[in-house]
Amino acid sequence: MNRIVEKLNENKKIVSIYFTAGFPELNDTVTIIKELERSGVDLIEIGLPFSDPLADGPTIQKSSTKALQNGMTTQLLFDQLANIRDHVSIPLIIMGYFNPVLQYGVEKFCAKCKEIGIDGLILPDLPLAEYQEHYQSTFEKYGLINTFLITPQTSPQRIEEIDQASNGFIYMVSSASTTGAKQGFGDEQKNYFDRIASMQLKNPQIVGFGISNNQTYQAATQQAKGAIIGSAFIKHLENHGTSNISNFVNSIR
Amino acid sequence: MNYNVNEKGYYGEFGGAYIPEMLYPNVEELRQQYLTITSEESFQKEFQQLLRDYVGRPTPLYFAKRFSEKYNTNVYLKREDLCHTGAHKVNNTIGQILLAKRLGKNRIIAETGAGQHGVATATVCALMGLECIVYMGEIDIQRQAPNVARMKMLGATVVPATSGSKTLKDATNEAIRDWINNPVDTHYIIGSVVGPHPYPDMVARFQSIISEETQKQLLEKEGRENPDYVVACVGGGSNAAGIYYHYLNQPEVGIIAVEAAGKGIDTGESAATSALGKMGIIHGSKTLLMQTPDGQITEPYSISAGLDYPGVGPMHANLFTSGRGEFISITDADAMKAGLELCELEGIIPAIESSHALAIFNQRKFKKDDIVVVNLSGRGDKDLNTYISYFNL
Repeated sequence: MNRIVEKLNENKKIVSIYFTAGFPELNDTVTIIKELERSGVDLIEIGLPFSDPLADGPTIQKSSTKALQNGMTTQLLFDQLANIRDHVSIPLIIMGYFNPVLQYGVEKFCAKCKEIGIDGLILPDLPLAEYQEHYQSTFEKYGLINTFLITPQTSPQRIEEIDQASNGFIYMVSSASTTGAKQGFGDEQKNYFDRIASMQLKNPQIVGFGISNNQTYQAATQQAKGAIIGSAFIKHLENHGTSNISNFVNSIR
Repeated sequence: MNYNVNEKGYYGEFGGAYIPEMLYPNVEELRQQYLTITSEESFQKEFQQLLRDYVGRPTPLYFAKRFSEKYNTNVYLKREDLCHTGAHKVNNTIGQILLAKRLGKNRIIAETGAGQHGVATATVCALMGLECIVYMGEIDIQRQAPNVARMKMLGATVVPATSGSKTLKDATNEAIRDWINNPVDTHYIIGSVVGPHPYPDMVARFQSIISEETQKQLLEKEGRENPDYVVACVGGGSNAAGIYYHYLNQPEVGIIAVEAAGKGIDTGESAATSALGKMGIIHGSKTLLMQTPDGQITEPYSISAGLDYPGVGPMHANLFTSGRGEFISITDADAMKAGLELCELEGIIPAIESSHALAIFNQRKFKKDDIVVVNLSGRGDKDLNTYISYFNL
């Protein structure tokens, strides 16, 4: 069974952490992953940096630029991760934009993920229809779970469609924003969380965007299965490097 | 082969809508409605009236006699430089603002490179009383100061894009991020035939007035609708899409696209996408773009801010790979020389973008009886600082 599905079947709320590979230092990737697992994180999203991250706010943009300046490439990331399964057992997802995957070759990319022990992908700018028409069979061939996003503006009909097409979890974007933009949740988010919970979707939902501390984590996971922290963790890395990662994680849960 | 967009939003293998889910509702709303709304009688009436009374259309098709004599062929200039605001960009912004109003949007965002599209957007927002925010690369703000002042006078807020190369690509990223953060009340007026479907087709349709008029005007002057060639500069490619549009599926009309070679194709400082690009995804569209082997988008260079874009519209990518279009690249130096030459021979100061299209006559020979229509997409007023420092005027 895919590690993501196994994790989702556990009777607990999930903390998922995103970080940009190659940031703050080029070779921090494995250290960060090991530290996150040791700190009790449930799921890790390894960000493949891209020059033009459209859905990201300034924090993740800057970390991506820095990672690329440090020399991160798709191949280097795969090389860094080559023996990662000797060290950690929690689910690992690669998150990034579609163009670097397309240039590496979609099938080659998926094969490499399987070889390393990557469990899934999140590619926000690969739309559902394109995925289903051209890439789904390849993802499935290599046992990769693809995760789609929904937002407060996504229509109920499209949410149903995305639910049908998903076989892991749904990435529930908390508000209409780029990453790291909003602080705290208002009535609008609470209504949205209620509305999605009442849809009784077959896939659990994990909330992302705007989770930065225990308060927002608690609010997001009242109904959803878990929450994703990205920009807040990047800021932690920016200020503290790879030390004290467990302090950060403990402050969330 | 048909060179228009197909029902799935593709030109051959190029196009589509590679957008994050956050943009899906907006782009889908446009996709579902743009053809219906723009074909309504009331829309067409208002659009045509504004193009006539406000923009000053039809723009002349001018036979450039001395220029033609010099190059021993027959050159017509489609005078988009005479449009209100100084370039063809306003054809599209008029169309999109009317569409935005009908979609109930009251906040307009745009990206701009040379500033022409920003000015054209600020202009129509003033005309309609809508809020206007224009994203512009920090470097472009410096080299196109007069257009920044124009936008401000027209009531727009100009926001500098400080990421990446600080030019058009980055301004477009910032505009897209704004749209993600403001999905309900905002319409994004993209200025070129780039971005996710339906933008390339929608912008091309609004700009197609250029070739529609050319057909009629050429029939009057030469007794034929079709020239032997249509020529345009291509950055994203909106003026080119406009002059090609009604000729796309007429194989007897040669299509010539002129890209900015910058300091030379092999210098690493160039914006010649067809020569240097590879298929990939930029700003929601699968097209040719300049990138590293790793899929990171590279930073282009051209003396002309309007051509300084690492991609090209999917229509043009298809014209290139199918062989329907002939692609030529022109260096900064050759473009500047051609711009000055048009001043001296015809008394017309062209935008540096358009000067690239004029420069091909030094490289490529035409027959004596050929009829060549060059889209003179904009006037050079905005480029005076560049002309002054380049030629020590």
